[in-house]
Amino acid sequence: MTDEPGELAVATHGLTKRFNKQVAVNAVDLLVPRGAVYGFLGPNGSGKTTTIRMLLGLIRPTAGNHRLLGKAMPDHAGNVLPLVGSLVEGPAFHPYLSGRANLVRLDSVDRHADPRTTTVRVDGALDRVGLLAAADKKYRAYSLGMRQRLAIAGTLLAPRELLVLDEPTNGLDPQGTREVRHLIGSLADDGATVLVSSHLLSEVEQVCTHIGVMHVGKLLTQGPIAQVRAVGEPRARVVTDRPQDAARVLRGLGLTDIVVEPGVAMGTLGALIAEKVVVALVDDGVPVTGFAVERPSLEDLFVSLTGEGFNVSG
Amino acid sequence: MSAADLTPGLNTGLNTGLNNGPTPGTSTSAAVRPLRHISTRFLRSELRLIFGRRRNQAGMGILALVPLMIAITVKVSTPRPGRGPDFFGSITSNGLFVALSSLSIELGLFLPLAVAVIAGDSVAGEANIGTLRYLLTVPVHRTRLLAVKFAAITIFALVATMWVSLVGALVGLALFGGGEMTMLSGTQIGMGSAVLRVAMATVYLGLCFASLGAIGLFISTLTEQPIGATIAVVIINVMSFILDSIPQLSWLHEWLPTHWWMSFGDLLRDPIAWADLTRGLLTAAGYMLVFWLAAWARFSDKDVTG
Repeated sequence: MTDEPGELAVATHGLTKRFNKQVAVNAVDLLVPRGAVYGFLGPNGSGKTTTIRMLLGLIRPTAGNHRLLGKAMPDHAGNVLPLVGSLVEGPAFHPYLSGRANLVRLDSVDRHADPRTTTVRVDGALDRVGLLAAADKKYRAYSLGMRQRLAIAGTLLAPRELLVLDEPTNGLDPQGTREVRHLIGSLADDGATVLVSSHLLSEVEQVCTHIGVMHVGKLLTQGPIAQVRAVGEPRARVVTDRPQDAARVLRGLGLTDIVVEPGVAMGTLGALIAEKVVVALVDDGVPVTGFAVERPSLEDLFVSLTGEGFNVSG
Repeated sequence: MSAADLTPGLNTGLNTGLNNGPTPGTSTSAAVRPLRHISTRFLRSELRLIFGRRRNQAGMGILALVPLMIAITVKVSTPRPGRGPDFFGSITSNGLFVALSSLSIELGLFLPLAVAVIAGDSVAGEANIGTLRYLLTVPVHRTRLLAVKFAAITIFALVATMWVSLVGALVGLALFGGGEMTMLSGTQIGMGSAVLRVAMATVYLGLCFASLGAIGLFISTLTEQPIGATIAVVIINVMSFILDSIPQLSWLHEWLPTHWWMSFGDLLRDPIAWADLTRGLLTAAGYMLVFWLAAWARFSDKDVTG
């Protein structure tokens, strides 16, 4: 990752927001390279939405500054935001208008939108989120999942270089979640940079090229997903009906943090080569029915970074 | 964009599924789209929101009840001179007085209330349901938002006042007929001039109500509760009438937002007594300017967290 402003879709420097005495966002240096799908992770209340609100110019930072698509915000908001599609803190529309009328409303306040293509673009966006059949229902009658889809459709009314999606899978069923993941992938394939926040690690893990982890207002770590994950050390997992014996062998080889569970023995590999462990186990006559080297999941990683679980922290 | 450019978008738009390649949603070369410098789309969208909303249509219906009630009541009873507003006694002589009577009755509460509802809703309503953040990220510049919102409030104030006048004039002319109109000064003017005078009185009052709307726009930037903003505007309106009726505060009267409203009757003199009307228009313009700027000062760098 380079620090060239032009290469970064989002670059914040010391971005801070204080509400009265509480620091909601604390000196965050977010770096989202162009073309990345950046998973912005953290539990509820960790400062993700406040950061996103600052990125979009909805609230003023107490300190720090940021650039979107290489241009300083909020000075260039008028030039930059037309290229940014955003979903902030859940969908919000006029309840007594239909889904379609709500999108037309959004389009008609956009001075860059061509009124002659509104119908085509609105229908295209509705179709892309699978909402075309319900387009003329009143928003009030929409389910939470449909509302979420409509908000995503709102980000697709114009060609975008950057999509900022705050919790886009909130309220969606598993099928909807899969579709949104798919959509994020296809947006990225089209060349857009996607910043997607989530409090559900597993949902985002699969589509992201980069991740950043927020905790109590601070950005704990960020970077390409492989690089961030490499921080965690690989562990060997032996499936056997004699776990105690296996544990003894692992300990003998120099593995650390040995854990014994019924039918399983585990240990941190360290510098050891995994194949040698298998050979040693077999040599010792321990029956091995399964062997795996496991990288820690993002959730494990999060626990190791924060010393606590992925829960709400006040 | 030509028709040929539109066709691919139309085709993908009619296909189904999430995964059908490039659609209008994104593009690999998303350059800044051309800016339309002058556009009335936002304003027209605002007006559609205001006049398309059931609640507001019901409100317009209630505004129309007053002229209907006045006309029917006068028709079925013998008017007693010396009681009620000035225009009442003249209704049987010219139906246009139904419009003027309705305006003088509704300027006390109904029309200001209608404007207070729209103005209170203008920013606070969008903040309350969260659509404000989506307007601002489109992006809509905050100054433009306030300008368009105020233009919509002003148009609503004028339309609502015209609506009352129109219903009053139509039902009045139907029940009592038209013809020459006797002015407050005693002289008579022809039907054409009479209609013009009523129209001028309507526009005058509409602009007066729009100045109350400017106060409402400002209050609407202070809160996320549209009802609260509306109530505050109504309280200001009622307080202004109360203060205007306390003789000891006569030094204050000419500065009150509602003080010059009843001067619309001066348009029914021959010749028109412009002095108070001019003061009224200047006062309205002053309130519009001051409170629009106050709204701007408040809103232009406000944190939008709703």
